[in-house]
Amino acid sequence: MLKLENVITHYGNIQALKGISIEVKPGEIVTIIGANGAGKTTTLKTICGLVAPTSGKIYFQGEDITHKSTSDIVESGIAMVPEGRRVFPRMTVLENLQLGAYLNKDKAQVKNDLEKVFNLFPILKDRVKQIAGTLSGGEQQMLAIGRALMARPKLLLLDEPSMGLAPKIVANIFDIIMEINRTGTTILLVEQNARMALTIAHKGFVIETGKIVLEDSAENLLNNEQVKKAYLGD
Amino acid sequence: MFFEQLLNGLTLGSTYSLIALGYTMVYGILELINFAHSEIYMIGAFIGLIMVSVYKLPFVLALLISMAGSCIVGITIEKIAYKPLRKSSRIAPLISAIGVSIFLQNAVLMLAGPQARPFPSGLNVTSLRFGPLRMSSLQLLILLVSIVLMIVLHFLMQKTKLGQAMRATAQDKEAAQLMGIKIDQVISFTFAIGSALGGAAGVLVGVYFDSVNPTMGFFPGLKGFVAAVLGGIGSIPGAMLGGLILGLVEMLGAVYMSRYKDAIAFAVLIFILLLKPTGLLGRRVQEKV
Repeated sequence: MLKLENVITHYGNIQALKGISIEVKPGEIVTIIGANGAGKTTTLKTICGLVAPTSGKIYFQGEDITHKSTSDIVESGIAMVPEGRRVFPRMTVLENLQLGAYLNKDKAQVKNDLEKVFNLFPILKDRVKQIAGTLSGGEQQMLAIGRALMARPKLLLLDEPSMGLAPKIVANIFDIIMEINRTGTTILLVEQNARMALTIAHKGFVIETGKIVLEDSAENLLNNEQVKKAYLGD
Repeated sequence: MFFEQLLNGLTLGSTYSLIALGYTMVYGILELINFAHSEIYMIGAFIGLIMVSVYKLPFVLALLISMAGSCIVGITIEKIAYKPLRKSSRIAPLISAIGVSIFLQNAVLMLAGPQARPFPSGLNVTSLRFGPLRMSSLQLLILLVSIVLMIVLHFLMQKTKLGQAMRATAQDKEAAQLMGIKIDQVISFTFAIGSALGGAAGVLVGVYFDSVNPTMGFFPGLKGFVAAVLGGIGSIPGAMLGGLILGLVEMLGAVYMSRYKDAIAFAVLIFILLLKPTGLLGRRVQEKV
């Protein structure tokens, strides 16, 4: 479904990605784990066209999307929940969700999708008129995920959804990620909380200083001595 | 006397509001002070003047054509002078803006000459009385046009998809892109709308003082900027409010010290920067860590 071939990305003179190759198959939850600054966020940003790769190829559903605009990439079926949630702070919950469906011109469908998001996150329905910046961190994360779902993505990119949230809320969010995956959305999840991510994922990649150093089924990675030591704190 | 000055202040202030909106909308999205805005105001006045004097068009039509022309000027400036600099340091587009401003002013000076020209609007100006209040029909027209434009702008920003996209882009450019919003389009629209309002202000002031000249944008441009800062730069309601307050303060101040009329605006700027740098309705900018 998604394939990165030897993707290299620079920020100015700094090489942030040094040749990343990953593949995500339809229906999977795939996670990329790694330390701060390893290139996890850059990988996601490169996929959705927010930063341009210096070289390499990115394919989505067989189509080369390497140099497409973010708008076209979103339209082709990739949505991203950015790190730090990034809801529009001075807009209402409803407006945030409407913006998620910015490219969808079918009003009936948007209305229907809105109901689906409210089913998934009932709290958002209660807060529909509230200004997004006044929501709690967990609620903002739910809003950010709901907003991304409004774009009807085939592939959902999630950047650190657990960041800054209480463990109970993290567990709740991860349940919902699994639920979203069960209803047919493929997921690429980037996490520092490696244990949590590997628990729900089918497959995992370990990234270190811009390179994939390990790739295996999530189960094997959970039992891998190297991973245990470096990322699981065992 | 007092009430008449109040009305004069509101009339002038409403044109400051229109100018301030252009500054504040562009700042809201690009964090750029578009110093060429005062020249768009001047060019708007000239387009209006040409429409009524050369083509003998009725005033309202001339106003609309001037707004359309100002749109095009604004979009062109953005494409040529700012867009190529979007990824460079923040000072670069600012310098470019000052360059564009000097260029446009001198281009018009060359084409039209330095002399001030009357604005034969063809409007029948009468004096209106509302009880003890007296105002000219021209003042009423300027107030009405400004208010209508601001209501239209408010509707556009709050109720349309384009307005929603503009607000989203101002709040978080990257997140807006992730919604599928085409940032370049939104920026163009922002310049278009701000410039249309600036051009309209130019025509209204040109008619009000019956005078149009190539350097006419200088003081109103600066005062529009002061109004935007006073209201809180980046805030649309702030720009509207800031313009009205500035017009009132200036006109009431002029009663007591008419020689210092222009100085008042800048005294206001200094005070607001000292006492409340974020302006009346502005937000505190949070520096990201």
